[in-house]
Amino acid sequence: MAEELGTSPDEVQFRFRDGEPVDHAAVTVDSFLDQSNATAVRIEPGDDARALLPHLERLALVEVNFPVFGDGRGYSAARILREAGYVGELRAVGDVLIDQLSSMRRCGFDSFAPDKRLDEEDARAAFERWPEVYQPAADARRPIWAKRHGQD
Amino acid sequence: MNILTGNDLKSGAVVWWTGEGWSIHVNDAIEVGDDTDATCAREEAARNVNLPYAIEATRDASGWRPAHIKERVRAIGPTVRPDLTLKPADPDIGNWVI
Amino acid sequence: MYLYDQYDQAMVDARVAEFRDQTERRLKGALSEEQFRPLRLMNGLYLQLHAYMLRVAVPYGTLNSRQMHALADIADKYDRGYGHFTTRQNIQYNWIRLEDAPDILADLAAVEMHAIQTSGNCIRNISSDHFAGAAADELVDPRPYAELLRQWSSFHPEFSYLPRKFKFAVIASDTDRAAMKLHDIGIQIVRNHAGELGASFYVGGGMGRTPMIAPCIRDFVPLDQLITYAEACLRVYNRYGRRDNKFKARIKILVHELGQDEYTRQVEAEFAHMLEQGIEPPLAELERIKGYFEQPVFESGLAADFDRSDPDFALWADRNTHAHKAAGYVSAVISLKPVGGIPGDASAAQMHLMADLAREYSFDECRVMHTQNIVLPHVRIADLHALWTQLEAAGLGSPNLDTIEDIIACPGLDYCSLANARSIPIAQKISQRFAQSGRTAELGELKLKISGCINACGHHHAGHIGILGVDRKGKENYQLLLGGSEAQDTSLAKITGPGFDEDGIVNAVEKATDVYLANRAEGERFLDTYRRIGMEPFKEALYG
Repeated sequence: MAEELGTSPDEVQFRFRDGEPVDHAAVTVDSFLDQSNATAVRIEPGDDARALLPHLERLALVEVNFPVFGDGRGYSAARILREAGYVGELRAVGDVLIDQLSSMRRCGFDSFAPDKRLDEEDARAAFERWPEVYQPAADARRPIWAKRHGQD
Repeated sequence: MNILTGNDLKSGAVVWWTGEGWSIHVNDAIEVGDDTDATCAREEAARNVNLPYAIEATRDASGWRPAHIKERVRAIGPTVRPDLTLKPADPDIGNWVI
Repeated sequence: MYLYDQYDQAMVDARVAEFRDQTERRLKGALSEEQFRPLRLMNGLYLQLHAYMLRVAVPYGTLNSRQMHALADIADKYDRGYGHFTTRQNIQYNWIRLEDAPDILADLAAVEMHAIQTSGNCIRNISSDHFAGAAADELVDPRPYAELLRQWSSFHPEFSYLPRKFKFAVIASDTDRAAMKLHDIGIQIVRNHAGELGASFYVGGGMGRTPMIAPCIRDFVPLDQLITYAEACLRVYNRYGRRDNKFKARIKILVHELGQDEYTRQVEAEFAHMLEQGIEPPLAELERIKGYFEQPVFESGLAADFDRSDPDFALWADRNTHAHKAAGYVSAVISLKPVGGIPGDASAAQMHLMADLAREYSFDECRVMHTQNIVLPHVRIADLHALWTQLEAAGLGSPNLDTIEDIIACPGLDYCSLANARSIPIAQKISQRFAQSGRTAELGELKLKISGCINACGHHHAGHIGILGVDRKGKENYQLLLGGSEAQDTSLAKITGPGFDEDGIVNAVEKATDVYLANRAEGERFLDTYRRIGMEPFKEALYG
């Protein structure tokens, strides 16, 4: 039954990291905090991503669930984990649609397991949509102001 | 009685279900009864209409009169711009809406 | 004013391409309406009562003549020859075809404009003082700060799906002309004791169904931490703002439920963390932007007064101008409130004329006011008569700034799918009633604001006199409110009692003004008298 909770590697449609996708993120934040050996966890919109910060070194996969695409809490959860130095896989799952991909990527997601598979070509266009960015985020992109003023 | 309305997907124009298609004139509407879900779903899936829904209306010699003022505004156009309504030559059209 | 560089242009061009792609996917059925709706909204495209409605952003209300001409051209080419200037300093077109929307966005991009984030649960167009850069009483021009915020908030990856919409206003004088404390975040640029500029943050104000005045949560944020502080405010809101009930999702409810102190504590903790992330643009970026807002070169030795021999002109010049920082200049207000007209509407021909006049008389610049008028910010007093003559000929010379005829009204049930009652006919009847009675001038400053539903786009909570249209058993009904203000003395209007029908509300407004005239002390405005004598005498006259 535990396997039912997270997405399997087969369900990952887009992935921007090397190595094999991690298997199911089978535990909730609450049960993760109760047990010492889990290496993958699933965050729901109401969960506090900061609760995971003491345990980042043993995490290989964090799934962030978007039950509905209009609930944007997962974007903050992702950035908070990346700002804290989390380098493992960060997987967006659930109601993940074409038009949210580029923002998710900017917030630090590096794998995507949408409920419904997305059109490959539309998705590729969406990932490459923005020639520039106005603000720094969890990706490595230089914001426009840095380019204007010759900063790294 | 119920009639069906929605907006044309491409133009956004207010449209009414005629039984065969969609018309911008409320008087072309047909009565649809209570069970309209299948028609709405089919027409929306075919992208013949956007966001269709049923409204209550009454009918007299001059035609359909939607029960709610909002639908009467939709049926005719803005009362403050009679020139832009579907009946620009009718000086009394604002009163029909109210 | 601000001009795009290649980066800004690349961003709006990419947005046009993205929306063209999204629209195509919608038209071919790859996107459902549910999926498409938030995307079109983030490009300002609503589905309203009669058609799609497009809301175009006018950042901090500033336009040059080329842009105003382009807005007129869009009205002619894609709409029905007119546009509606809104209480967020934007413009709306009421008869747009979805198929045309990408082309309109492309036309806008060609003149450095867009409709980005003019709707949706994201950071909306940043509003500001319509007399910015001109007002005699300002500390600095607030618009560079608004532009910095505009860029930071555009396509913000973390804040595109907030619990609800989010509105900023930025001012830089103690006189508030932007309803700053009635915004999700109001920012006032201030100077501290050390003489440095910084920002006061007021968070959690708003109108709508639960109006609240924003408390100041930080009286001085250094300019090199401005964006970081805003980001911290937004992150706390994105994480903890309510998402279970749309009507309780604005940040004002979060601040209210947590309490100002607890919200502030969370923001300060997030801010301390964000400071380490290095997200703040360098001050050089603010300086670069400021360079675009350099004052025009004003002439010196100009006449400080005008020929008063034409009384109609003198009335307009006295009523519709505002003190300028440069001697010999004023800011001149073009009223979009002709007696019996539709507040905020302008025809394409009028827009073209206003563009030409901005070019000829005001250093190629005009502004949209949140009161739905247009300002020419820098006009030589010596040019006022020539300006007025042309305005008058085009039906734009109404001498009624800040009077009872200068009514704010939302589009109401004539256009808006959320409305419960019509707003515009009420505005028309009131302006006609007072123009006929000749009382307008005698009543002096009297801000009357009408909303057609509880969402309060017509700012009725903040009117000296406010009117709220409601649906009462299928009939339009209008409630009267008194005592609101959106100026520096911000207050929320209170409802007088049972509502009125369409004619009844016009009579009720007249009765309220009678009470004022009978009770006013020397120099008092309607609002001052109301505050002194309270609600009772008004209730007595209305319902007694």
